[in-house]
Amino acid sequence: MRYAVTRMVLLLAGLLVASVLIFLTLRVLPGDVAAVIGGTTSSPEQVAAIREGLGLDRPLAAQYTDWIGGLLRGDLGTSLLTGAPVADELASKAQVTVPLGVLSLLIALAFSIPLGVASALRRGRADGTALSVAAQSLAAVPVVWAGLMLVVIFAVWLGWLPAQGFPRNGWSDPGAAIRSLILPALTIGVVEGAMLMRFVRSATLQAIGQDYVRTAAAKGLTRTRALIRHGLPNVALSIITVLGLQVAGIVVGAVIIEQLFSLPGIGRMLVTDVGQRDLPKVQSELLALTGFVLVIGFVVDLVQRLIDPRQREAA
Amino acid sequence: MSATRPVARLAWLSRLWALGTGRFGLIVVAVVVATAIVAVFWTPFPPQQVDIAARWSSPGWPHLLGTDDTGRDILSLLMAGARTTLMVSIGAGAVATLLGIALASLGALTTRWVRETVAVLIDILVAFPVLIIAMMITAVWGGSLGVVIWAVGIGFGVNIARVTRAELRRVLHSEFVLAGRASGLSPAQNLWRHLLPNVAPVFIVQLSWAMAVAVLAEAGLSYLGFGAPVTEPSWGVLLEQLQRYVSVYPLTVVWPGLAITVTVLGLNLLGDGLREATDPTLSRRTAASRVHVPEVVS
Repeated sequence: MRYAVTRMVLLLAGLLVASVLIFLTLRVLPGDVAAVIGGTTSSPEQVAAIREGLGLDRPLAAQYTDWIGGLLRGDLGTSLLTGAPVADELASKAQVTVPLGVLSLLIALAFSIPLGVASALRRGRADGTALSVAAQSLAAVPVVWAGLMLVVIFAVWLGWLPAQGFPRNGWSDPGAAIRSLILPALTIGVVEGAMLMRFVRSATLQAIGQDYVRTAAAKGLTRTRALIRHGLPNVALSIITVLGLQVAGIVVGAVIIEQLFSLPGIGRMLVTDVGQRDLPKVQSELLALTGFVLVIGFVVDLVQRLIDPRQREAA
Repeated sequence: MSATRPVARLAWLSRLWALGTGRFGLIVVAVVVATAIVAVFWTPFPPQQVDIAARWSSPGWPHLLGTDDTGRDILSLLMAGARTTLMVSIGAGAVATLLGIALASLGALTTRWVRETVAVLIDILVAFPVLIIAMMITAVWGGSLGVVIWAVGIGFGVNIARVTRAELRRVLHSEFVLAGRASGLSPAQNLWRHLLPNVAPVFIVQLSWAMAVAVLAEAGLSYLGFGAPVTEPSWGVLLEQLQRYVSVYPLTVVWPGLAITVTVLGLNLLGDGLREATDPTLSRRTAASRVHVPEVVS
């Protein structure tokens, strides 16, 4: 309980630091946001109008508390260019990004855990080494390129899946929607999974060397069964530790992959908004993404604490 | 101690060379650096030379890896791109080094409350993905290679600071540091002579991983249009340009991707090898268990 409170304080501090950093970077450092938004062709009067419209003529502290106050009431501000509420846009784009992220995570877990354990069990043999080399190499592949190669194979050569895009009418045709998410999710899943696989491998290797696994084997279990019964729960625990990092990786991967596959998700919206310098929108979007990553880290830490009896007793 | 140092230095280099991974990493990094240097003076064709008559040549002579949609020589573009990649990773490495050492020193060597505050701050900042930092910077200053350098430098500098801080705290309590203090060294002298050399191995390992991240980030950010300008030869930009023709000329996309992958793999393995070679306490078993999980950027 005490840990939960301490961790909660750290989470809140994290959100506070994140919001202040994002706010200050986007407002103070460049000198004049209004001039940036107006571009080089705008007259001083136009710049002044933009500044007033944004409330930039008010003290920084007031602007910041306005923004945070809005956030707490669920108001993420409005887009500079379209005037649409940012919260609504985030919610509608999340219909693409959230399924994409979940699907990617499932794919990553589905192949990295069995293959990671296998490559540890077969260590020193040809197939174990091959698995390990494959994971090491895949983890070095840029996501964009992995996506392109998958497009070449599954869309261009085999023609099984669409190369790009998302159904215009969204999820009203679930089959088409899922089909268009398979390649993007596979891309992120493979690259993230390769990283996870290396981690599973090392966690398994560590478990094999533990005394309790050896004891179980000495008492008559086969080595593999001893590992599965007594070692794998510990492997699962260490996987949870890196799950936070994995989710951050998927968020980042989604930004690039949505661009590559022209998916109308949060990542693509963010890239467009950054390109168009829609600063009020970028500000809330960046905080939303950072906040999401921080909250996942918080949840992961708590869950780990809850299910690991050793950590509970240490508290 | 000082008399044995040159020998010790050679020893770790030969240990690194003896490891399969370390040797691979060293060779890849050497090849990339050599290519980048050669590309300053010579490439088979001027990298940006347009030759419409020769567009989409297949790999062969004189265009060893073929040409793109405007007849630019892909091999020359890759060589020139190595220069950009090297520049970005050295720049990001330098930023990460300075920030890492500064934060780690603040977090390890100052009075208690400064130390604790910095430690909490490091813990918070570590959670920021590099891409988010890059987007913050881009939204304000627009895209450039500087964005990549700063974003990766800051993002990874914090990571380095976290690891180095822990190491500094450990070394700080060792006897030779105490002896240094007792023999009248000032804190700064002690830092320079005893602390930094002892945390250097941990630090260098982190640095080589940071540079791997920089290569990936350069590609990813340049692809998104936040990195190198389209006129600059860069692996990420090349990937973006060739991507448009992927359904017609799928094989051209292979080259820049392969260049990035091999370079990143080389830097990653160099880091793994360096860690194993410089840490005498690391047995084979613990080396495998302390796998690094690199932060994903692209």
